[in-house]
Amino acid sequence: MKLELQHLDLALGGKPILQDLTLPSIDANTLALIGPSGGGKSTLLRVLGGLRTPDQGQVILNGSPLPTEEAALRDFRKRVGMVFQSWNLFSHLTALENLLLPLTEVHHLSREEALARSETFLERFGLKEHASKHPAQLSGGQQQRVALARACVIEPDVLLLDEPTSALDPEMAAQVLDLVETVAGEGLPVILVTHHVAFAKRAADHVAFLAEGTIKTHAPAEAFFADPGLEECERFLSRVLSL
Amino acid sequence: MILRLKDPRTLPFHLALGVIVLSGAFFLILQSVAYQWNVAEVWGYREKLFKGWGVTLLISIASLLLSTLVGFLTALSRRSSFVPLRAGAILYTELTRSTPLLVQILILYYGVANAVGLQHRMTAGIVILSLFAGAYIAEIFRAGIEGIPKTQLESAQSLGFSPWQTYRHVIVPQATRQILPPLTGQFVSMIKDSSLLSIIGLQEFTLAAREVNSYTFSTLESYLPLAVGYLLLTLPLSMLTHSLERRLRDEA
Repeated sequence: MKLELQHLDLALGGKPILQDLTLPSIDANTLALIGPSGGGKSTLLRVLGGLRTPDQGQVILNGSPLPTEEAALRDFRKRVGMVFQSWNLFSHLTALENLLLPLTEVHHLSREEALARSETFLERFGLKEHASKHPAQLSGGQQQRVALARACVIEPDVLLLDEPTSALDPEMAAQVLDLVETVAGEGLPVILVTHHVAFAKRAADHVAFLAEGTIKTHAPAEAFFADPGLEECERFLSRVLSL
Repeated sequence: MILRLKDPRTLPFHLALGVIVLSGAFFLILQSVAYQWNVAEVWGYREKLFKGWGVTLLISIASLLLSTLVGFLTALSRRSSFVPLRAGAILYTELTRSTPLLVQILILYYGVANAVGLQHRMTAGIVILSLFAGAYIAEIFRAGIEGIPKTQLESAQSLGFSPWQTYRHVIVPQATRQILPPLTGQFVSMIKDSSLLSIIGLQEFTLAAREVNSYTFSTLESYLPLAVGYLLLTLPLSMLTHSLERRLRDEA
């Protein structure tokens, strides 16, 4: 996955969230976005997923700029899989129906085709016995794994994860992160906002540090963790890694 | 303790006991004023009462459908990004909810309906009642829609749903669960409020009973069946409300 961000500005309710956020073209399979809360990570991820349009600037993903017009944006979103912190799954539908609905409604697959594909993915994600359960009957970790399955079942060009484990206990978080590592290992490009810096260290091949609405520093993972080259970032890393 | 005062299973028994106590008290009061029952004469007018009850049932069903439509459209307007539409919806709900229904009936029937040449009392009554209830239903819908977690809508958007698909597959099914109990409660109010339409001479249940009373001078013989007639319509709905509320609680 090639990604380039050109001078992104975004304000919400008069408050600047992203300010001149820039990333020269990088080529990475797993990009981790880390940094303090309120630094603009989640907003950047929503821009990358086509949910928000920046006021200024451009995102260039795999050589083509992100559309800004609604109909084109909707087509773009169909090729992106997203998972948020929590409440991803439609609470009135079962796990299986959560996977089926976008396949039949948005991707116009036949019912049989959608069913076959959904069941394959649930099985692969170790969720087969939970297929007919509603989200309220699943644990937080299971819910996030179903959400991950729903994001992957559409066979997206890129997977965007917004702190998918922040609402989970460590054991469940580890299960979800293992799954993320598996799909990333199979070659699906992943952009991930995470508090789990140790996970970023293990699974990401590129890391960007966001604070105050801009990318303060970034580097291939190995180099980044060897020496981020920025005092603010070093302080952040030593704080979260010492937890 | 023979009454088992803390056992929830004895609730039907205690309810029945309450009805008996109330009826007894009522009977004693009538005894003390030496009320003269004259059921036979009122019985002669039974057809008028049945017809009035039928009209009230008809008004209720028609208003139920129309007010739901009005409420739904108003709730959508209130969420619209088109500001004049939103302003109109706010004005309508606030004005309607802040004035008495009786005043609205008088102004809308003798003023507006007259001016536009709508003389059919039944139609006018249904429209007026639906506009009144629609304002409350709009707020019920709005609360139901706004109660949906934001991530659910973001998920739908990120999956590539159009706004229409989001309404159809996420908002409506989820909001319906939240909306149904208060909505049924609102329908109960609407059935009771329909009695006020008797003021414009609409031949519904209350007016029928008032007329029977004026022919026979038998107050309670006319008005007790009136109360029972309304209970027949409202009690099943009330029970439905409670069972819906219970189901919602169990699902959460």
